[in-house]
Amino acid sequence: MGNIVQMKVYRGDKSGGSLRDYSLEIDEGMVVLDVVHKIQAEHSPDLACRWNCKAGKCGSCSAEINGKPSLMCMTRMDSLPQDRPITVEPIRTFPMIRDLVTDVSWNYEVNKRIPAFTPKPKNPDGTWRMYQYEADRVQEFRKCIECYLCQNTCHVLRNHDKHDEFFGPRFMVRLAMLEMHPLDAADRLKLVKEAAGVGFCNITKCCTEVCPEEIHITDNAIIPLKERVADEFYDPIRRLFRVFAGK
Amino acid sequence: MADYTPHQFDVLVIGAGGAGLRAAIEAAALGAKTAIVMKSLLGKAHTVMAEGGAAAAMRNADPRDSWQTHFRDTMKGGKLLNQWRMAQLHAQEAPDRIWELEEWGAVFDRTTDGLIMQRNFGGHTYPRLAHVGDRTGLEIIRTLQDKLIHMPVDVFMETTVTHLFKTGDTIGGALTYRREDGSFQLFNAKAVILATGGIGKSFKITSNSWEYSGDGQALAWSVGADLMDMEFLQFHPTGMVWPLSVRGTLITEGVRGEGGVLRNSTGERFMFSYIPEAFKNDVASTEQEANQWVQEVIAGKQATVRRPPELLTRDVVARAINSEVRAGRGSPHGGVFLDIATRRTADEIKRKLPSMYHQFKKLANVDITKEPMEVGPTCHYAMGGVRVDGETEMSSVKGLFAAGEVAAGLHGANRLGGNSLSDLLVFGRRAGAGAADYVKQASAVKADASAVDRALAENLACFERKGGENPYAVHRELQEMMQTYVGIIRTDADLRHALAELDKFEPRVKQLSVTGSRAYNPGWHLAMDLRSMLTCSRALTLAALERCESRGGHTRSDFPDYDKEWAKVNQVVKNENGVMKLERVVRPPIPDELKQLVEEA
Repeated sequence: MGNIVQMKVYRGDKSGGSLRDYSLEIDEGMVVLDVVHKIQAEHSPDLACRWNCKAGKCGSCSAEINGKPSLMCMTRMDSLPQDRPITVEPIRTFPMIRDLVTDVSWNYEVNKRIPAFTPKPKNPDGTWRMYQYEADRVQEFRKCIECYLCQNTCHVLRNHDKHDEFFGPRFMVRLAMLEMHPLDAADRLKLVKEAAGVGFCNITKCCTEVCPEEIHITDNAIIPLKERVADEFYDPIRRLFRVFAGK
Repeated sequence: MADYTPHQFDVLVIGAGGAGLRAAIEAAALGAKTAIVMKSLLGKAHTVMAEGGAAAAMRNADPRDSWQTHFRDTMKGGKLLNQWRMAQLHAQEAPDRIWELEEWGAVFDRTTDGLIMQRNFGGHTYPRLAHVGDRTGLEIIRTLQDKLIHMPVDVFMETTVTHLFKTGDTIGGALTYRREDGSFQLFNAKAVILATGGIGKSFKITSNSWEYSGDGQALAWSVGADLMDMEFLQFHPTGMVWPLSVRGTLITEGVRGEGGVLRNSTGERFMFSYIPEAFKNDVASTEQEANQWVQEVIAGKQATVRRPPELLTRDVVARAINSEVRAGRGSPHGGVFLDIATRRTADEIKRKLPSMYHQFKKLANVDITKEPMEVGPTCHYAMGGVRVDGETEMSSVKGLFAAGEVAAGLHGANRLGGNSLSDLLVFGRRAGAGAADYVKQASAVKADASAVDRALAENLACFERKGGENPYAVHRELQEMMQTYVGIIRTDADLRHALAELDKFEPRVKQLSVTGSRAYNPGWHLAMDLRSMLTCSRALTLAALERCESRGGHTRSDFPDYDKEWAKVNQVVKNENGVMKLERVVRPPIPDELKQLVEEA
C-alpha cells in the first residue's frame, strides 16, 4: 500500500504539447484511470480524459500506456514495471483535441456509410429463427465496444493515412458481422471491396493484438471478408458463370 | 456576454442512452425535426453497462408467462407504489420492443428451437430476460445507435445541457455547451425529452458513470416540473468490494440467475434467513429445493419447485448482505461471498458470464470459475424522478417529456432487475411519439434572451472567481456525506444532519473556482454537474425524511415496517418559487381486473 509512482502524462492541444511529470502515491489494486483521476483531483483539474464505465464495457478511456494502446480502466498499475515512469499518451491516429482526448468523429462518419441491417422476411409463424451456433459467430463481433484501439494501431490508417480509402478494422468487424448475420438480406461485398478497401489490409494482426474484447479481428472478420471478395470478384469460374448468366 | 450558436428543432432529446435513442428514433420516424444531444460520445451511455437482460413476457423459455404475470411481479416488486398504468403498458409492450430490436439487427442468445432466449432474474416469476450473455446493454445501445444513424436526426456528441428555459407555462429551449471547445449553443425546441438517466454520482459507492449527476431531474425541477418518489433509491446487492479503486462496479444479477449463491464468512448460505413474509410462498424453503430449481432450469426444463432465495428482490438481498456484514460475518474486505465456481462448470461460466469473468480477472485478479467473488451493495438506480403522464411521458410542464431512469412511476418503491432495459424501450418510444404528436399543435417558441444571458454568466463565473474551492474536493465530500447519512439504512437524525450539511454545500457549489481554458475542461464540467447533484440530493433527502416507513429502496431503521397510509400516496417534490415543497398525491384508482392480479400476489 501507499507506494509512490512516477507518471508522465501527455498535456497539450492542437498546437502541440509534451509529457508532464507527476509523482503520486497509489493504493493497491489501482488501475491507470484511477491515477489519472487522482491527478485531476489533486494536481491538474483541467487534465482532459474520456471515461464512462470504468469496467471495460464502454470503450471511452483508450490511451497509449507505455506506448501500448490500452484501456486505462483495465490496466492495473501493478501490471506495469514500477522502476521507471509510466507514460500515458493519447491514441495517435486521430487529431488531437486536448491532453488524452482525440477527435474520433471520423469513425462515426465511416459507420454511416455502411448500409443498415436489412432483415429477411419473417417465417410464416411470425418469428425469425436463429440457432445459438449461428449467433455465436456474429456475437463475437458484436462484443466490440468501439474503443478504436484497433483503428489507432492499424498501420494503413496510422502510418499511411488511408482514411479516405480504408474503413479500418473496427468497420471490417462491423461489415463481417452484417455479412455473417443469419437474418440479414443485404449484399455489401462491393462496398467491402471498393469503398471500405478490404484489400489494404495485409494481415499484420496488430489490430487483433490490441483488442480488449479479444475479438479475432484478422482471422475471423477480415480474412473471411477477403475470401468472399475474392470468390465474388476474382474467381474465374464464377466470372465465367456471370458472363453466361448475363450478370 | 458570451456568444452562442442558435438551433431550431421540433424535438430536442437530451441523453443518448437507450431511452434517448429510442425516443429520437420514434420522433424522427413520425416526422418531427429532431436533434439529440449527449454528454459523451454516441454509444457510450450508461445503458452500455446494463448486463443481465431486458424483461419481456415473450414466453419463449416458459409458456406459463404472460403480461399479467409480469405486471403482477412489477407491482409486487415496487411494493404497490407503481403507477399501475405504466406497469401495465410496460408489461404489454415490452415483447414488441424486443422483437423490434431483432428486426433492427440485435442478436440475442437463442433457445434450442431458435427463438430469443430468456433468463431468470430476481423478482420475476418465470425466466423473462432477453439477453446476450452479460452484455445486453451494449447489444441494445449498439442496435439503437446503428438504427439512429440512418434516421433524419441531428446528433450532437459531447454536448451538455446546462439550463432549460420556459416561455410562459411551456418549455422553450435549452442552453448547451460543447466540450471540445467550450462553446455555447441555444436549442429552441417545441418539445424537449429528458432521457438523462440517474443520480448515483452523488454517492461514494456506486455503479453509475460520471454522467449520472441527475441533470434531467434538476433541470426539470428548475422549470417547475414535479419530481416524484425521490426517496426510493436502489442499492444493487452485488457490487465489487475489492480492490478499493473499483468498489461499486456492478456484478450482474445474472450470476444469481445462473445459479450463483451468497455465503457469509462461516460458509453459511444465509439468504434462507431473510425471506420476507410476503414472499414466503414464492421461494424455496430448503437448500435442496433451491438446488433442484437450478438443476431443472439449467437443463432447459420448466421449474417444478420454487426459486432460490438469492433471487429475491434487490432491496431484500441488499439489506440481508448489509445485516451479515454488520453482524461480523462479512468477507475480508467488508462484503460477502458470491459463489458461481462450485455451481457451474468453467465453460458454462465463461459462456454465460463472459464479461464478469473478464472483469474479475483483469481488475481483481480473481478467476471466478475457481474462486468466489466478494460483493456488497452499491448505489445503482433511482426509482424516483420526473413525474410524467403514463401514456405520453409529458411532465407537469407543457412540452417537457421524460423517459427511462430520469422518469418516475413504473418501478414504484423498488425496481426489478431487467425492467430497466424494457422500461427505456417502451417509454422511450412513447415519449418520442408523445413529443412528435405534441409538436404538431405547438407553436414555435424562443427562449428569453435575458434568461439565456443569466445562464451563460452562471456557467462562466467559476473561471473569473479566484480562491473558490476545487470542484473535485467538494464532489468527494458530497459523496461521503450522502453515502453516510442518506445511504441504505436511514434515520430521522441522519437525514436532518444531511439536510443541514446540504445547506452548507449550497454556497460552496456556487463559489467554486476553475482553472484552465474552456476547451475540454473536466473540472469546469464537474462544477456545473455539482449543481444538479445538489438539487437531487436535497430532493432525495427531504423525501426520505418525510416518509416514516420502510418500503422497497427506502429503509428507515426508526420506522422498520410498512405504513398503510403511505401506501395510498406518492410523494411529490414541487418547486414553489425556487423552494422545494413536499406534497402527498393520492394514487389513481386501479381498475378491478388489475386490482385482482395485484391481490393474487
